[in-house]
Amino acid sequence: MSRNIAFLIMLVSLVGLTSCGDDDGASASGDGFDRQAMLTHWADNIIVPSYEVYVDRLGALVTASETFNNETSLVNLSGLRSAWLDAYQSWQTVSMFEIGKAEELTLRNFTNVFPVNKADMEATIATGSFDLASVNKQDEQGFPALDYLINGLADTDQGIVDTFLEETAESNHGDYLVALSTSLNSLATQVLEDWKNGYRDTFVNNDGSEATSSVNKLVNDLLFYYEKHLRAGKIGIPAGVFSSAPLSDRVEALYSKGSSKILFETALNSFEGFFNGKSVGESVTGESLNTYLNFLNEISGGEDLTTLINNQFASVRTVSAELNDDFEVQVTMDNNKMLATYDELQKNVVYLKVDMLQALSIRVDFVDADGD
Amino acid sequence: MNRINTYLDKETEAAPLAAFRIFFGVMMFASIVRFWANSWIQKLYIDPSFFFSYYGFEWVKPLGNYTYLLFVICAVTSLMIAVGFKYRFAIITFFLTFTYIELMDKTTYLNHYYFISILSFLMIFLPASDYFSVDAKKGISYQRIPRWTVDAIKILLAIVYFYAGLAKLNSDWLIEGMPLKIWLPSRYDLPILGDILHKEWVIYAFSWGGAIYDLSIPFLLFWKRTRMLAFALVVIFHVLTRMLFPIGMFPYIMIVSALIFFDSGLHHKILNTIATLFRFTKSSFDTGLVHLRKSMFLKRLSMTVIVVFFAAQLLIPFRYMLYPGELFWTEEGFRFSWRVMLMEKAGYANFRIVSPETGQQFYVDNSDFLTPFQEKQMSFQPDFILEYARYLSEHFQSQGHGEIEVHVESYVALNGRRSRPYIDPNVNLATLDESFKPKTWILPFNDEIKGL
Repeated sequence: MSRNIAFLIMLVSLVGLTSCGDDDGASASGDGFDRQAMLTHWADNIIVPSYEVYVDRLGALVTASETFNNETSLVNLSGLRSAWLDAYQSWQTVSMFEIGKAEELTLRNFTNVFPVNKADMEATIATGSFDLASVNKQDEQGFPALDYLINGLADTDQGIVDTFLEETAESNHGDYLVALSTSLNSLATQVLEDWKNGYRDTFVNNDGSEATSSVNKLVNDLLFYYEKHLRAGKIGIPAGVFSSAPLSDRVEALYSKGSSKILFETALNSFEGFFNGKSVGESVTGESLNTYLNFLNEISGGEDLTTLINNQFASVRTVSAELNDDFEVQVTMDNNKMLATYDELQKNVVYLKVDMLQALSIRVDFVDADGD
Repeated sequence: MNRINTYLDKETEAAPLAAFRIFFGVMMFASIVRFWANSWIQKLYIDPSFFFSYYGFEWVKPLGNYTYLLFVICAVTSLMIAVGFKYRFAIITFFLTFTYIELMDKTTYLNHYYFISILSFLMIFLPASDYFSVDAKKGISYQRIPRWTVDAIKILLAIVYFYAGLAKLNSDWLIEGMPLKIWLPSRYDLPILGDILHKEWVIYAFSWGGAIYDLSIPFLLFWKRTRMLAFALVVIFHVLTRMLFPIGMFPYIMIVSALIFFDSGLHHKILNTIATLFRFTKSSFDTGLVHLRKSMFLKRLSMTVIVVFFAAQLLIPFRYMLYPGELFWTEEGFRFSWRVMLMEKAGYANFRIVSPETGQQFYVDNSDFLTPFQEKQMSFQPDFILEYARYLSEHFQSQGHGEIEVHVESYVALNGRRSRPYIDPNVNLATLDESFKPKTWILPFNDEIKGL
């Protein structure tokens, strides 16, 4: 008898040891839903194409910045502004994918921290040496800093052009402009190159169920983005949801006076498109969180969640359609519409973070601790 | 009365209890080393700026860097228990420090930890170092001890299993197959098992099998003829749960604990093996001496404690019946009841700070105050929500916000149901006190889970 027991205990320790190392990423998907196909679709038809467009537009932004710096004129300012807005809109389609190289570089923090710190930025420009890699300089660069340079340096367009023309060794706005665009381009290019040279395969093959798997990680990243950046950053913070009074100067693209809405809508549409697996630049869809949730719903017999979520995206869009193109104006004139938009966005936080995560059996902000 | 006295006078071999003591000490030592190695001491007890207290134990807080000292004491006393060195001092110290650690933040509450706490309390009153220990080597080795001291551990284990089984007798577990319908399919990437974990019959086999296992295993272990089968089931069950769920050391602790049900022959062999391994002989402990308590008073005292202890263990899990509303929803009387793996529950709690004078309001960013783990646990447990709300009230008042109200907009999803509002958003939580009274500000569940 004791020999049997000894055998059982050996069996336990054996299974225990092997199950400790159960994160070997074997690409099994025996339940009928092909997560690898979903990851492949995400990488090949959404994430990488989005980065390609983004990098492309950043290339145009660098060119426009150099052109404007070399030949500072009203015409070239206008060209630069449209290149800036194109790239900024494109940024809204990739910001949510802070995974892999983007996560390593903390791409979002070097791309879109607002409000921009004008005083520090002017001081940096005055020194003539631009160390953009420093964490302290995150609020002096990226699209918000460019926004200030090309839209906020003076009250009139001619005034802006004049400021650039006045440039001296101590006050070199033109060089700073080029440095900012180049830095954006270089960071984004690093991310795209990483996806193309290896990370895509890592991402697609990491199709297991553990906390570090691609699905679990990206879903957590997406929710963080939706809550902190889409909901709070673009709408909630300027509307004063987190402060005792509205903060109209906290809107995205403050100085452009009229781009905040288009940037928000681009971000919202991209997020919704990703949820539904919409390929970039095409009207086809593939495996997505939507189809995955429907698959799991078949097993659990729960209520239809994807319709709820998609209806809620539609509700957000209905309310936000009423908003002024410039959110600063909207907050000042009629903040209730901003608050209404926030409320609709908030309802989907609950659906996504509570209901969807429960259905996917993904732990939010995975905490490494034992359970019961 | 006579029969009770006769039972109390019965004696048995001390070897099973000695083996149990060794396993317990070693397992506890390993658990603490693992906890430390995962840097959970830092993450759970040093990093957070706020800690959730148990009602009545608000004074128990982490001790900054001295928290590590608590774990050191726990680890050292575990080893002392294992070798049986100054056993009574070691087990009392272990019980106190381990329980202190568990009381520091209820975010980390696990039934396993509660089990360790009460088991170590029980072991204070058992003569676990009478035999095969340093104490016995230095003093007198008793080969035989009162039978009830071994039975006490068996009874505690039986309660844990049986009550865990009772808790599974509800419609969500048995009829809906929840929460296993959510959990099992998510382990699709396990070898072999992963291919079938999404199938309905597999899920129901697990839920019904789990309930039957928990309810029957104590009896199968007690009865000699089924004991070997029962132990095999214990091993299979706990290995499966270890593979499927992140439950740390607990499966191993339960497997070795179940060995106490076996006859002393097995334990003599185990102790012999240990003795050979460490190059000493067990025979010097085999004195044939019987441990008899000399003092009638001490005997009476420990018997009283043990009887009260087990009465409490039998009653505490049923205290939920004193509360209105669905237990899984309100969680009033949920803890300390062996309700293990019954709920997939998640929530979202958005706190609103309102100034009643100006009507101004703003929302709180929970990550300013709580770790992700704490926020997650807080969002679906009313006592956490209340304690946090009161903390927010104090915090913002001390920041000069004047008289403020704290409201919460919260949503909770339970076992695959769609999320629904959880706490009454009109209630000013800042003015409420924690108590054992029913929390009337929890919104109704509007569904029914039948059963225990």
